[in-house]
Amino acid sequence: MTVSATQPGATERWRRGLIQGMPLGPAVVLLGVFLAGPILYCLYAAFTDMALTGGTGAHFVGLDNFRKAFESPEFRQSLVYTLVFTLLSAIIGQNVLGMVLALLMRSSTAWIRATVSAIVIGAWVMPEVVAGYLWTAFLGDDGSLNHLLGMVHLPPQDWLFSVPILAVSLANIWRGTAFSMLVYSAALSEVPKEIEESATVDGAGTVQRLWSVTLPMIRRSITTNLMLITLQTLSVFGLIWTMTRGGPSNHSTTLPLFAYQQAFQLSQLGYGTALALVLLAIGAVFSLVYLRALRLEDGR
Amino acid sequence: MSLSLSTRDPRRIRDKVAVNIALVLVAAGFVIPLVWLLLAAFDAKAGVAVSWPHPWTFDNFDAILTMDTTYRPMLNGVILCGGGTLVTVLASVLAAYPLSRYQFRAKRPFLLTILFATGLPITAIMVPVYGLFVQVNLIDTFTGTILFMATTALPISIWLTKNFMDGVPIELEQAAWTDGASTMQGLRSVVLPLMWPGLAVVTIYTFIGLWGNFFVPFVLLASNDRLPASVSIYTFFGQYGQIVYGQLAAYSLLYSLPAVLLYLVLSRRLGGAFSFGGAVKG
Repeated sequence: MTVSATQPGATERWRRGLIQGMPLGPAVVLLGVFLAGPILYCLYAAFTDMALTGGTGAHFVGLDNFRKAFESPEFRQSLVYTLVFTLLSAIIGQNVLGMVLALLMRSSTAWIRATVSAIVIGAWVMPEVVAGYLWTAFLGDDGSLNHLLGMVHLPPQDWLFSVPILAVSLANIWRGTAFSMLVYSAALSEVPKEIEESATVDGAGTVQRLWSVTLPMIRRSITTNLMLITLQTLSVFGLIWTMTRGGPSNHSTTLPLFAYQQAFQLSQLGYGTALALVLLAIGAVFSLVYLRALRLEDGR
Repeated sequence: MSLSLSTRDPRRIRDKVAVNIALVLVAAGFVIPLVWLLLAAFDAKAGVAVSWPHPWTFDNFDAILTMDTTYRPMLNGVILCGGGTLVTVLASVLAAYPLSRYQFRAKRPFLLTILFATGLPITAIMVPVYGLFVQVNLIDTFTGTILFMATTALPISIWLTKNFMDGVPIELEQAAWTDGASTMQGLRSVVLPLMWPGLAVVTIYTFIGLWGNFFVPFVLLASNDRLPASVSIYTFFGQYGQIVYGQLAAYSLLYSLPAVLLYLVLSRRLGGAFSFGGAVKG
């Protein structure tokens, strides 16, 4: 949607571009100072032995921080937990449950639909820290879940202790599903009813119709949603911190928590920022995969 | 609608019942933690399991409704998140305009950067930000924290605003320009009024996000009397060896209330328009 004028000269075009781009100013300054600046600083600090205490100054140590990380079992463990947490709670949990809810809601009774979406959105609107405490209580030794299990004669257990990564994943599904549900509800509402109905008339079963008609029509929304929730989940900190603080014995320590522990609690700024860089890289890899999928769509 | 099947078809009715039952089951799973919050807040002897309060009491609220525990953190939260939201929305609307209306070479890389920044783990940059704030004396100030919080919300906010703005046809603005309006006048008097449901979504999303953010103020603010509600709920825990669950629930309830209310008000006014559909199409 270019607003083209009559063939302006080079300086004129440059001047006009500047005026047109001016509204970007405040955002660019904020992003530059508070986001890009710290990231560049990160890039520098990750290659030094900078520490919060000591005051000996920072020395360039090359790739030592990264070598140290990849040789450390704790780091590798936190890497695995990060991927498990993202896969379980975002890519499978929030994504599938959000889709299922959105699909079911299309053919449900109006008041049930309204009530269910109010409840699911209610969970989403809860602040992260509150969600953490609610789930700590729910999964606790004497919590509601164990009472429910007791009713059906299943052995109770301390979920936060025995399977902490599953516990925080469940909490994250609870908290984040509404986002996917809203995205998919909106996307599904734009699928023309006629197309689905003609598929039904042609003899397609519900599952077949869903798989080969409905889902392909909203695939762009699916890809974009997957990217957003993956990135959101990779950076979850408060929820896990309030529920387990990464414990017991680091069994729910995802990368953000591990980096925080190293940088702030153990005062190893250089090492901590190197870990943070790894986290940024993982986010970048996921993004590239999804963007590639979107671009392939564009090329069709 | 000649193709549509009769809704009185018995198979249809059976399907619908099954769908409703499935939905109710999922909702039951979602509602239990929320029910605990509601009941425990009014139960002086609340434990971690859902149980009916007897008697119902406001004791928990009485205990926490003090200047230090509730009022000041809430007010701080309003100042921080309100200020942050204002800065974010203003900067996003301005930034979204050229991104939505003009073609320029840096546009695609800029948008991709923005998209990537939406998922940026803020934990990753808190250390250098802390250092920066100490250097320029912004540590433990509202101004600095507001600006940084606004920046963390900015990428997703720009992305959403840009997509909502794309939905406003440029022809309407061109008509205004013909009438002599400047670009910014066109933005203010033509584009913004037409995209206010989208703007409301951005505002509410930003505010809810900031209201729930505890890590940023936790690192950037130090004085107790500046901490917002999200952080003081955290210190609340540290202060008592024995956790008083009823009081924690009461406080959580109060702290969650602004986000919930704001969401309700806006979603009611927007009707069904609360949709990320246009925004997440990519």
